[in-house]
Formats: sequence, structure tokens, C-alpha cells
Amino acid sequence: MLAEFAVALLVVGLAAYAVLGGADFGAGFWDLTAGSAERGARVRGLIERSMGPVWESNHVWLIFVLVVCWTTFPTAFGSIMSTLWVALFIALMGIVLRGSAFAFRGESATVSQQRFFGVIFAASSLIVPFFLAAAIGGIASGRVPAGNAAGDLLTSWANPTSVLVGVLAIVTGAYLAAVYMAGDARRGGHDDLVERMRLRALGAGAAAGVVALGGFGVLREDARPLYDGLTEGAGLVAVIISIVAGIAGLWLIWTRRFALARVVAAAAVAAVACGWALAQQPEFLPGALTVEEAAAADATLAAVLIAFVVGVLVLAPSLVLLWRLVLRGRLDRDFRPLGPDRRR
Amino acid sequence: MIGPSQAFALVDVASGLAGTVGQPVDQPKLLGARQMQAMSLAWHIILVCFGVTFPGIVLFTEALWLRTGDLVYRDLARRWSKVMLVLFAVGAVSGTVLSFELGILWPEFMARFGDVFGVAFALEGFAFFIEAIFIAIYVYGWNRIPDRLHLLTGLPMVVAGVAGAYFVIAVNAWMNNPTGFDVVNGQVTNIDPWTTLTNTATWPELIHMLMAAYMVAGFLMGGVYAWAWLRGDRSRRVRVAFAVPFTLAALAAPAQLVVGDWIARYVAVDQPIKLAAQEGLAETTEGAPFTIGGWYEDGEVQGGIEIPYMLSILAFHDPDATVEGLNAVPPEDQPPVNTVRLAFQFMVAVGTGLALLAAWYLLAWWRKRRLPQSKWFYRAAILAGPAAAGALIAGWIVTEVGRQPWIVYDVMRTESAVTQADGVNVGFAVLAFVYAALTVGIIYVLRRFAKRDREADALTTGPEAP
Repeated sequence: MLAEFAVALLVVGLAAYAVLGGADFGAGFWDLTAGSAERGARVRGLIERSMGPVWESNHVWLIFVLVVCWTTFPTAFGSIMSTLWVALFIALMGIVLRGSAFAFRGESATVSQQRFFGVIFAASSLIVPFFLAAAIGGIASGRVPAGNAAGDLLTSWANPTSVLVGVLAIVTGAYLAAVYMAGDARRGGHDDLVERMRLRALGAGAAAGVVALGGFGVLREDARPLYDGLTEGAGLVAVIISIVAGIAGLWLIWTRRFALARVVAAAAVAAVACGWALAQQPEFLPGALTVEEAAAADATLAAVLIAFVVGVLVLAPSLVLLWRLVLRGRLDRDFRPLGPDRRR
Repeated sequence: MIGPSQAFALVDVASGLAGTVGQPVDQPKLLGARQMQAMSLAWHIILVCFGVTFPGIVLFTEALWLRTGDLVYRDLARRWSKVMLVLFAVGAVSGTVLSFELGILWPEFMARFGDVFGVAFALEGFAFFIEAIFIAIYVYGWNRIPDRLHLLTGLPMVVAGVAGAYFVIAVNAWMNNPTGFDVVNGQVTNIDPWTTLTNTATWPELIHMLMAAYMVAGFLMGGVYAWAWLRGDRSRRVRVAFAVPFTLAALAAPAQLVVGDWIARYVAVDQPIKLAAQEGLAETTEGAPFTIGGWYEDGEVQGGIEIPYMLSILAFHDPDATVEGLNAVPPEDQPPVNTVRLAFQFMVAVGTGLALLAAWYLLAWWRKRRLPQSKWFYRAAILAGPAAAGALIAGWIVTEVGRQPWIVYDVMRTESAVTQADGVNVGFAVLAFVYAALTVGIIYVLRRFAKRDREADALTTGPEAP
């Protein structure tokens, strides 16, 4: 029972990271595709302003997942990190470069410097979600055995399921980012940007739906147990919720109700994370460890839950405060396009 | 709790912990993993100093503004808070590197003991969360949140920074003095997950680190403005910007000597072999001397200056006390003496020098109520920051290398914890390159900040008369 709670914590952390951190990576995708310095200046300015106050706390969800995993499922953590180290290390380098480049770009002097840091920021925004999700694909498709680097160092993450999940992570991130930024642009009164982000949101949302549904074909061939789990029982319920929320999200964007679309789009993505966990119950590392086998002693699980409750009592009001300030525009800097017309 | 007396029996148990694969230890792999970890820690720990102390320094300066209405304080607090945000961002990602490396490099360590010490890290995660949230509110809230409320939004980041340091140090103290579990037939059982929070060894280590953080951050920041002072800018802004961080560091430096003495007595009891390595003490000795300088070879320190009874006095406050020597454990359980000892001597020498510099500063302030006027003082102040950073890293070398060959003291050997995966050295090389690039990037951005501030000052106040 305690072990299931620990799994639930991991799923909450993963879903939060996918919904919040994923959108920050998606912003990087739109930064990369915004065009030349002149054409993309306004989109990049919007990205800078939207991400600035929140991206660091969004990033902490990843740390949360790691810490909960190694405390509550230590053996599985050691197995995952050692077997999948190549993919995780590439993602890690992306995280380092992206965070630093974003921080540096806001302070750079010339357009060429902005472009330099901007390209690093944007490129690593593709690398991180792809390789983190590829690692998850390796776990979900049963390619991580128990033990110190016991699995294949390459095929554990370079395989059809991993590629599918990696692409899905990039596309859903881009979708979420476009939805959020459309809302942010409306709040800032930038109507041209609202329309640009709305079209991107519609396109990326449709693409995410196609990849997700088409992905079932890949899973059927490459990860049959996962496919079965997603097409029956609780896993299927999560999939249906995701599909319904996905369609509703597109409709809300079409009708320009961005505040509600923000919530519904996030729910669609979070449902995928829940669906994965439900689909592979009762396994933690499919084919290698069940949740019960992988779980730490009850004393530790209980301690983590207590720490979580105490932590949330402090964290929840803090996060609510930050998001309220952000969504009401209280922390918005003056909008300035990021490009040649910005004099420094 | 596993006492040192059981150490020999535990060597066998520890080899029982060698992991599911149980291959013979691959020494180049172990060395690569250790060096990669060392580089990541050394790089990150400098940023930690800013993450822990910068919020306090900025908030203190802002409070001075609200108290006096002097705009110099407000401008400094605003400018520093932007630097703080950038350094926090980079520190957050280099901290993420460490989280990944725990699993990537030391999977057996995490698999065996993640559930013993993990709760401290879980709480650290929340502290980090709070700091990230309020640093954003604070920095982006300038001019948008009412002044006094703005000051209040900074308080959680100060508390969270210190709390985060406490939780991480608690895990390190646990590695040095492991408690809260039993090893039965090679299995870790009877886990007390709160053990890291009740471990008394945490406190001296935490205070030592906090003092060091104020010294590193304060002296480095002070050094920037000492440079400006030497180049002829003696404006009030430069003097204030020098005095605030430098005073904090100067207060910490003498206190650090006392804390160092406190921690030495903990090490003497909990990790006698580490102390023996620090001092190059080959044999258990009654009334042990302290040796300054020299090189450890063939079981003794050669070419050093010996102060009789001093080590017994330092470690136990008793000239006749018996200090355990390296020979208390077999050679394969001894850390590399010269690395540990030279790092320790360097740290003590730099710490003493910084305390003297601090005394110069504090005396001038106390007797004349002004900053020292000597150019030599400011030249020394420029060097103080890098020296403090070097001493900090040396101190971590003492505690980490001094614990070798153990990753969990007397329980699990580092070689039993390391990954069996190939290619660690490639990762090490890539990370070294990335960190080199990042260092350049940080220096570039900090210089831009400085340049922009100078331009802004020239615009608002015009060049000041010399």
C-alpha cells in the first residue's frame, strides 16, 4: 500500500515535470523555429518573458522525481541510472547548457551573442525532452533489467518505443508552450502574437494527437505488454481521458479560450503519465522488478510520505503565490522583443 | 550503528556488498568516476556559496536602504539580485549534475543506501523548490511589489538556502559517520530513515560550510570592488559595495578558526584514520605532535616543522591524549596520505592568512571607523576570494579523499559502489569541456553586468571627483 503511494508521488512529479518543464522545452522549440533575428524577435521576447520567473521552479520537479525514486525505489534507481546512463547523460548536458544559455542570453550584449546563446538554448530544448523520454521508453518497454549496468547501454534507449516517446515529448511540449504563450500574449495585449501562438498550438496539438495515436502501432510491435496495459482496464481509462482532453483542448484554442485551454491541455499530458504507470502495474521495471519488490522498507516509505506532506504544506502556498503573481502579470517585465531592435 | 571496532569484520561484509554483477574492480573506471565526481563537486560548491549567502547579503543591503533611505543600498541590492539569479540558475543545473551522477556513477551506493539517507534529500528538494520560487518572486518583483513586502518575499529564500545546505551536509555527515541501519548477511536492514536528521556530526560540518560560504562569497564580491578601488574609483558606491560583503566575510574568517577546532575534535573521535592522514601520523601516539609542512614518506613526515604535543591538544584538548595512527587499520584501508595532508595544510594556512587579513580590516574599522587606506590591503583583498575558494575545495578534498577507500565509512568501499557501465571517461571529458565553456560564459556575463553598471552610473551621477 505504501509502495503504491510512493509510485503515485513519482507519477505526480513526472506529470508536473511534463506539464510545466515540458512547456519550457516547448518554448525552446518555438524559439528555434521563430525564424531570423528580425522576424522572430517578438516571439523570442514573449518566450523570455513567459519563462523567466517560472522555469527554475519547473525544473525542480525533475529533481523531485530523482530524489523520490532513489529513496523509495533505490535498487530500481541504481539499475535505471546505470543502464540508461548514456541517454541520461546526454539529457543532463542538455539541461546544463539550456539553463545556462537561457540565463546568459537575457544578459548578452549583441545580436550575434544573443543568437549564439539562443541557438544553444533552443537546440538543447529539443535534446533534453527527447533523451529523458527515450530513457522512459526504455523502462516502459522492459529494457532495463535489475542490476548495476545490467542492460544494453545503447539499445536500452535507442529503440522504437524510446524514439516514439522522445518525439511525443517534444511535440507535447511544443503544444503546451504554444497554449500557455497564447494566453500570456493576450494578457500582454499582443494580438499578433496571440494569433501566431494560437496557430502553432493548433498545429502542435494535432501533431501530438497523431503521434500519440500512431504510436499505438509502434507499441504493439515493440512493447506488447505496455500496449496491452494501455488498451484495457485502468490504462485505457487514462488514454480515453487524454484523448477527450486533447480534443477539448483543441476546441478551446480554436474558440480562443486560452485560460481554460491551459488547464485542459495540461490534463491531457498528465493523463499520459498516469496511463503509463497504470498500464504497467504491478511492475516497476517491467520484466525485472515489481513495485513491491523494488520498494524500500516501510519505515522509509512512511518517512518520505511524511516529508512530502510537510513539504507540500510549505510548497503549495508558495507555488500558488508564484503562479498567481505570474498569471496576473505582476512579475511581467516590460515586453521587449529579443533581437536587433533591442538597444543596449 | 557500526563501530570502528567492527571494521575488520565489515571488510568482508563490504565485499559482500560488491553488487549483483560482482565483477572485479576496474581501477581506471573507478578513477574516472571519482575524478568526474570531484570535478563536478568542486565546480558546484563555489556556486553553492553564492546560493546560500547571496540572498542574505542582498536582503541585508535592501534592509539598509529601507532603514536609511540611501539609494546606494537600493541600487546595489537590485544589481546584486540580478547576479544572484544568474548564479542561482547555473548552480541549479550544476546541482542537477550531481543528482544524476549519484545514480550514473555510484548505482550500487544508491541501490544499497538510497533508502537510508534519502529523506534528507527529499527535504532538500523542497528547500530548493522554495528557494527557486522566492528567488523568482524577489528578483522579478523589484518595483512591482510594495517595498516592505518585497523585503519579506526575500526571507524564504534566505531560510531555504540555509536549510538546503543543512540537508545536503546531513547526508555527507552520514557518509562520514553512518548510522541508522544494520548490515545482516550483506543486507541493509532495520533502517531508521530519520537518522540523517538526528546525526550530531552534521552540526560542526554545517557551521564550517556556512562560514566558508560567507568567506568565499564575501571575499570574492569584495575583491571585485577592491579592484575598482585600486583602479581609482573611490566613490561611495564602491566603498559600500566593498564593505558589505567584505565585512561579513571578515567576521566569518576568525570564527572559522574556532569552528575548525570544533570539527577536528569530531573527526578525531568519529574518523580517526582521516585525522591520522591529515596529520601524517603513522603510528598511534600518546602526546602526538603537529607537523607543519613536509612530505609523508616511509611512515613519517619528512622535512616538516614539528610542534610537540600540539596534535593531542588540538584533537582532544589534552597534551597527553592518545591519537590513533594510520597503523590502526591495514594499508588497503588507508587514504592517500599526502593528498589529504597537503589539502589540509593548505586549508589551514589560507584560513589563518584570511583571519589575519580580516583582523587588519576589523582593527581599522574599530579604531578609525573607516576602510583601510593601504593599497596592499586591497591587493590582498583581491586575492582573498580565490584563496578562500581554494581553501574551500581543499577542505572538501580533506573530507572526501580522507574518507577513502570508503564511500560509506567502514561499511561500503567506493570501488563496490561504482558503475559497471563503459564509457565513463568519455562522459568525464565531455563534462570537463562543458564546465570550461560554462566558466567562460559566467565570467563573460558577470563582466557585462559590471560594464552596464558603470555605464549607468556615468549616466546618472556623472564622473565623480577623485
